Amino acid sequence: MTEETMTLEVTRYRPGHDREPRTQSFTVPYRTDWVVLDALNHIKDRIDGTLSYRWSCRMGVCGSCGMMVNGVPKLTCAAFLRDYRPGPIRVEPLANFPVIRDLVIALDDFMEKLRRVKPWIIRAVEKPVSDGEYLQTPAQLDAYKQFSMCINCMLCYAACPVYGLEPAFLGPAAIALAYRYNLDSRDEGYRLREPVLSEAVGVWECTFVGECSVVCPKGVDPAAAIQRSKLAGATDWLLSMIMPWAGRR
Amino acid sequence: MPGDDGYQHDLLVIGGGGAGLRAAIAAAEESNRLSIAVLSKVYPMRSHTVSAEGGTAAVMRENDSLDTHAKDTIFGSDFLADQDVVEVFVKEAPGEVIQLEHWGCPWSRDPDGRVSVRPFGGMTVNRTLYAADKTGFHMLHALFQTSLKYEKITRYDEWFATSLLIEDGKVCGVTALNLHDGQMRPIVAKAVIMCTGGAGRIFPFTTNAAIKTGDGMALAYRAGVALKDMEFVQYHPTGLPGTGILITEAARGEGGHLKNKDGYRYLQDYGLGPPTDTPVHRKMELGPRDILSRCHIQEHQKGRTFDGPYGHYVHLDLRHLGEKLIDKNLPFVRELARNYVGIDPVHEPIPVRPVVHYMMGGISTDITGKTSLNGLYAAGEAACVSINGANRLGSNSLTELLVFGARAGRAAARHALERPALRSNPLAQLASDERRRLDQRFLRADGREKIADIREEMQKALESGCGIYRDRATMEGACQTLRKLRERFAHISLADKDAVFNTELIAALELECTLDVAETVARSALAREESRGSHTRTDFPKRDDARFLKHSLAYQTPDGPRIEYLPVTITRWPPEERKY
Ligand SMILES: Cc1cc2nc3c(=O)[nH]c(=O)nc-3n(C[C@H](O)[C@H](O)[C@H](O)COP(=O)(O)OP(=O)(O)OC[C@H]3O[C@@H](n4cnc5c(N)ncnc54)[C@H](O)[C@@H]3O)c2cc1C
Ligand code: SF4
Ligand code: FES
Repeated sequence: MTEETMTLEVTRYRPGHDREPRTQSFTVPYRTDWVVLDALNHIKDRIDGTLSYRWSCRMGVCGSCGMMVNGVPKLTCAAFLRDYRPGPIRVEPLANFPVIRDLVIALDDFMEKLRRVKPWIIRAVEKPVSDGEYLQTPAQLDAYKQFSMCINCMLCYAACPVYGLEPAFLGPAAIALAYRYNLDSRDEGYRLREPVLSEAVGVWECTFVGECSVVCPKGVDPAAAIQRSKLAGATDWLLSMIMPWAGRR
Repeated sequence: MPGDDGYQHDLLVIGGGGAGLRAAIAAAEESNRLSIAVLSKVYPMRSHTVSAEGGTAAVMRENDSLDTHAKDTIFGSDFLADQDVVEVFVKEAPGEVIQLEHWGCPWSRDPDGRVSVRPFGGMTVNRTLYAADKTGFHMLHALFQTSLKYEKITRYDEWFATSLLIEDGKVCGVTALNLHDGQMRPIVAKAVIMCTGGAGRIFPFTTNAAIKTGDGMALAYRAGVALKDMEFVQYHPTGLPGTGILITEAARGEGGHLKNKDGYRYLQDYGLGPPTDTPVHRKMELGPRDILSRCHIQEHQKGRTFDGPYGHYVHLDLRHLGEKLIDKNLPFVRELARNYVGIDPVHEPIPVRPVVHYMMGGISTDITGKTSLNGLYAAGEAACVSINGANRLGSNSLTELLVFGARAGRAAARHALERPALRSNPLAQLASDERRRLDQRFLRADGREKIADIREEMQKALESGCGIYRDRATMEGACQTLRKLRERFAHISLADKDAVFNTELIAALELECTLDVAETVARSALAREESRGSHTRTDFPKRDDARFLKHSLAYQTPDGPRIEYLPVTITRWPPEERKY
């Protein structure tokens, strides 16, 4: 019996060697329980050691392995070969990002944006640790929980038409994270995040097509965060002027 | 990116996981005069801490006490933990988890708003805090996001540390390879903290991420520091066959059952009964991991496990818990089981088998995180301080990252404040020597050996020699294979000679580290002629306190590790038989 195989068409780009990205085909064994990442690892270990890509946890939680699979942003550790039969499968670096090499994209822009939204608890007065935890009811936790599930995998940026055209756009994950802290009953930093957030949702015209939420592997729904930030922006801003440290919902 | 003189800091943390980030923040809070750097081979939020699921232990409730947590930990360690260290650990744990709460970690809550606690293996009381079943993910992101607020913390993301810089017997930084441009640079610092995590990847079948290759352990070992208690490798009883993806112990804490192929809760046959409907602390499925993993093997030997394409397995049955509870407290378990084995635990039992999970051993440190090498500190899974002894209790390790990450951060900060400025010129020379070493070794050489082959053989040797059950012959075999692999490694050949993002070079460097670490595991295991905790020998089935109530210390020599011993610190809990 001949072993069943599958073909991957992988984007290669070596700075200093290639003027432009090119495509290389590899044939790998087909296994029903293999994900695209397993196929890439097989290529690296057995066929071509020069292929570069990122991965680590292979369980969909570290956020390293995002790539375009047949044109759609996916975590390759969660994309099964069996869902792409008979192939070939096209594997490309995430769209909308500069490429460092092969399937590795540059994340610097996002890392900078992450810091700009001040993703940490901000309070007028911090309670000493010796006074114990801040009480937070399950309902208060539920209010922001969904937006805290982001693994920074960048799939939403690869899907975002606005970010594709306007790299200055803060983008889905960063907005969702700002929103997450604004919604946290322990946080009082709404007013400090407001300038960055209102510029993001105000100036750049997100069309709310919601591509970001469709591709998000963790159900974060960044589109909802963008939309709700926009609606809430005006009223909360007023509130925060009257009661500076109470500008949260 | 820093300029040429920008690679100088007071304190350098290697590793951006839970331990490294906690250390960096502690140092920043200790003094605002310090320049602190965190250097990590992956972006910090990709670190392996992100995969931890079940929870983190601390005494939070009136029905609990520090002494009970200490006793459970010491008992679980089979009396190999240092008791003074455990006492500090349980005492500082509650403050650390509350600190993390203040930093935004979304702990699961009781109706009254207090953080919830769940039962966990080997613990006598509910004391494991959790954020559903993504505890490590939430802890890591909370720590990372909080770290962004400290301007004094510089980051070197996707830099790979290749060696420690040492002058006059003192650590002065590291040499590190920037993945983005392939340049090797000296990063100079007055104190270095190794927070590089564990080394599960020395085994073929592990819950550990690809990055867990024991790099920091190897770097310290090569610099003359001892690796302590390396023979103790924890198998977790419930990994998914094939991938090794973990199904958290919380699944059993919530009431899941382990069943053999007859649908029988077999743990009752091994002194862990009686079986009850609701979980009882330290009984049945809440027994400690080493014991549960051995029960699995014995059950297999009796022919009562299932056989699958990836070997024998049993069932973890959650069906009786109901969809609502599973979705509330174990949503990730459901997601993983559905995605990776195509099973919905609401309707079907999950196939599971023991899988390599955690290294109890590591870089030998004192209670402050200091090593024997001036200026070098270590914390987290890379270190052995030691609270875990011969068997770690689930959910103690995330807490360990916090308590001892913070301690190491503070101690290293004080050291850096006292130490005079370093001259970086001679260090630049050391870095170019290191670059030459790599070039000669990996980039010019046209050897014939492949990374993947050596890696596979190493992993096989460890699995067959140093698995759940061990004996002299199998361990000697492993030691010999590892020696031979080391020779073969000298003839390794890389296809990739590029500077930019050369992941093949990184894989070679990681393989070199795993070979060092694997040898310390096999040698320490061979030398310990007793059974204790996770180290179970068929030829020495009993614990032997007279000879081995001691930590092992592995030192590097040209002929492989030399093993010495260090007494265990006993304070208030004299060793007794470990029975559940
Ligand atoms: C699947 C899984 C589930 C777990 N669940 C639990 C749980 O519920 N409760 C619990 O208490 N424990 C749990 N553990 C154990 C616990 O998660 C780990 O022990 C802990 O997270 C290790 O953290 P760390 O900070 O020491 O290392 P890591 O998080 O592994 O971080 C290591 C860091 O070092 C860096 N690094 C390594 N080598 C180099 C190098 N050469 N150069 C530069 N940087 C380097 C990496 O980039 C990374 O940033 C679990 C473990 C696994 C595998
Ligand atoms: S919002 Fe979703 S898609 Fe975007 S980075 Fe976060 S997890 Fe990924
Ligand atoms: S490898 Fe971690 S998310 Fe895919």
